[in-house]
Amino acid sequence: MVPRFIALLVLLATLLIPTAAMASTTSPAPTGSPSPTGEGAPPAVDGPAVTINLTDRSNLDAEGNPTPVAGVTLTVVDAAGTEVGEGVTGEDGRAVIPVEERGQHTVRIEEDTLPEGISLDEDTPREVTVNVILDGPFNVAAFPIGVVEGETDSFLALFEVQLVSGIKSGLIIALAALGLSLIFGATGLTNFAHGELVTLGGIFTYMFDVTLGLGVIVGGILAVILCGAFGWAQDKALWQPLRNRGTGLIAMMIVSIGLGLALRSIYQYAIGSRRVPLSQYTTQQRQDFGIVELAWKEVAIVVIAVVAIAVVCITLMKTRMGKAMRAVSDNPALSASSGMRVDSVIRTAWILGTALAGLAGVLFTLNQQLNFQMGFKLLLMVFAAVTLGGLGTIWGALFGGLVIGIMTELGPIFGVPSSIKEVGALAILILILLIRPQGILGRRERIG
Amino acid sequence: MDIGNILSTALTQAFGPSALMLIIAAIGLNVQFGYAGLLNFGQAGFMAVGAYGLAVTVVTFGQNFWIGVLAALAAPVVLALVLGAPTLRLRADYLAIATIAAAEILRLVFGAVETKEVFGGSNGLNGYAGTFQDLNPYDAGIDLGFVSYSRNDLWAITVGWTIVLLTCLLVWLLMRSPWGRVLKAIREDEDAVRSLGKNVYWYKMQALMLGGLIGGIAGLFHALRQASTVPSDFSTNITFYAYTALLIGGAARVLGPVIGGIIFWFLLSGLGATFSQLTSGPGPNLPTWIMDGTQSSLVRFIVTGIALMLLMIYRPQGIFGDRRELAIDGR
Repeated sequence: MVPRFIALLVLLATLLIPTAAMASTTSPAPTGSPSPTGEGAPPAVDGPAVTINLTDRSNLDAEGNPTPVAGVTLTVVDAAGTEVGEGVTGEDGRAVIPVEERGQHTVRIEEDTLPEGISLDEDTPREVTVNVILDGPFNVAAFPIGVVEGETDSFLALFEVQLVSGIKSGLIIALAALGLSLIFGATGLTNFAHGELVTLGGIFTYMFDVTLGLGVIVGGILAVILCGAFGWAQDKALWQPLRNRGTGLIAMMIVSIGLGLALRSIYQYAIGSRRVPLSQYTTQQRQDFGIVELAWKEVAIVVIAVVAIAVVCITLMKTRMGKAMRAVSDNPALSASSGMRVDSVIRTAWILGTALAGLAGVLFTLNQQLNFQMGFKLLLMVFAAVTLGGLGTIWGALFGGLVIGIMTELGPIFGVPSSIKEVGALAILILILLIRPQGILGRRERIG
Repeated sequence: MDIGNILSTALTQAFGPSALMLIIAAIGLNVQFGYAGLLNFGQAGFMAVGAYGLAVTVVTFGQNFWIGVLAALAAPVVLALVLGAPTLRLRADYLAIATIAAAEILRLVFGAVETKEVFGGSNGLNGYAGTFQDLNPYDAGIDLGFVSYSRNDLWAITVGWTIVLLTCLLVWLLMRSPWGRVLKAIREDEDAVRSLGKNVYWYKMQALMLGGLIGGIAGLFHALRQASTVPSDFSTNITFYAYTALLIGGAARVLGPVIGGIIFWFLLSGLGATFSQLTSGPGPNLPTWIMDGTQSSLVRFIVTGIALMLLMIYRPQGIFGDRRELAIDGR
């Protein structure tokens, strides 16, 4: 009883520490100041609305004022993270976007809709925060952007860039998929809270890096270790008691989805619905590596992911623990009767699986930014990956992750709209279930 | 704190249109999960295609309102076919994976910038509910002192409760028919039913289509009473609201989702109203470093998630269910 109590405490502490630590750091973002270019009567809008003046501060006109940017789509997100409206800037660079309620709103710029051939420069924030306090279009915010001439890339160059970014996100998906497959192999449970374990890695990194000021590298290492501890704690406090009670797998799946919902909301409670950056390596100049241009952090992500995957795969193939894990995944009853401690094997799978998910979260946060639902979105890709490769197989997770990652990133250059590039992953998921439900590398007996 | 106000809000909500949408969705889940043992984690997707089926047909394609209603009823059945065909022969989690992924991706597609011409982007579609509003027979709203509904809400809850009544009657009739007995037998032991010569796959498909259709009706109802269809209304959380409601009342009971839905929405609205009172106004009762107004709206999600876990662990049969009847196992 005592160890379970300790495990519960660890579980609670790991959940509460980031919440408490971050509540103090999430000070409200500064509200937008009224725009200097206030000519022209705003159009009539009943109810609260956001008015944005989008200007290009890298192109000044004769009087030294920034020039307005027309035809760009802006999306408004409310404090809960749901999209509440969008608008397109007119000739004067202005967009009036009605919103449902007053309160803090975030305006994002849709980079794809910028005029042909230009892109945002490195110093430009991708979003501004507006505090809607009045009804009508009087909540004005200026959104100055800087742009650089993007070279009109040749198809091949574009292909190369997207391929590299696909490999990068494919490796992150593969890491998370490996964790999911390990846990599935050992317990038979499809863990619907796995995405939240990915986000947990990002949250811990943010906590150590920004809140405690330890830097990204130390923070990332500590985050992976703490995620492993969380894996131990959740098996000890939640999953092992359920196994001992003989709870069915379907019931456990519903428990996992409840856990996922609760964790996701706790994250949102702690960090809000914004995307939050880490303190270091947020923008890095790309270096020319001969064939491709990469930032050093991208090189680091690829190398870390490859090394981690290789280490896990070799461990599973060569060590006694790996053998035991594969044995338990094949036949738990037989493993138990041949003297293996099935429970400790499953415990190891949970620790390793959660740590791998945490590592995926650390790399994902490093690559983009931290967001409370990044893990949940990644989980859909992970599902597609493990189904494609074969649920419960190690090489399948790796292969499926890479294919899904590369495919979703390459989609846009073949005409798939980039905001719904995930649709391809769903199509693959359904197609593979139709023609080869065990996945490319899976075995038949696992599926029926 | 104004307890009377909180209770009144919660009670109004518990029988109001939002609760009704949830109850109808949960009735659909009851057919799938409670009776047939199918794990549909994407009820929100079925609701979304129901709502968009109407909105797109009327607004984008300019068709008649009633053709739109027909499209709204057809769309979830088609979705069930597409998702069920590959997954229903496989273990339970494949259906769960396919439905949750489909629901999330449908929501992304409906809200995407690129499909704005058809689905209206994140602002959604509106201007299709005129016929529904014209049918409203009431002249004014109703005020019973403690609970009150506006004229539109009164019409919506009349329609909503009629739908609940009819679907419950349908489920009750179906589940005491031979068809329903086969369904329950499939939930208990699929192989046994197969050995009796029944086409298990087709029975499961029918259950998925029926449950999805009821889910689509929930979406249609929401689209009608709100007179606008926005993608953010159909987030994954709605599915798990419906699961929690179903599990509170008790799965595999005809009235389980109804009672569960009322209780769940009463508690959730009460909780929401309490925390919003605690955090609002100058000098709120809860200091803002613990919780501000935005965070107070998240408490309900945290509570729902934890409630779902605890219910499944400690009382999977809910209030009315029978534990023996719900010993579902997948592997």
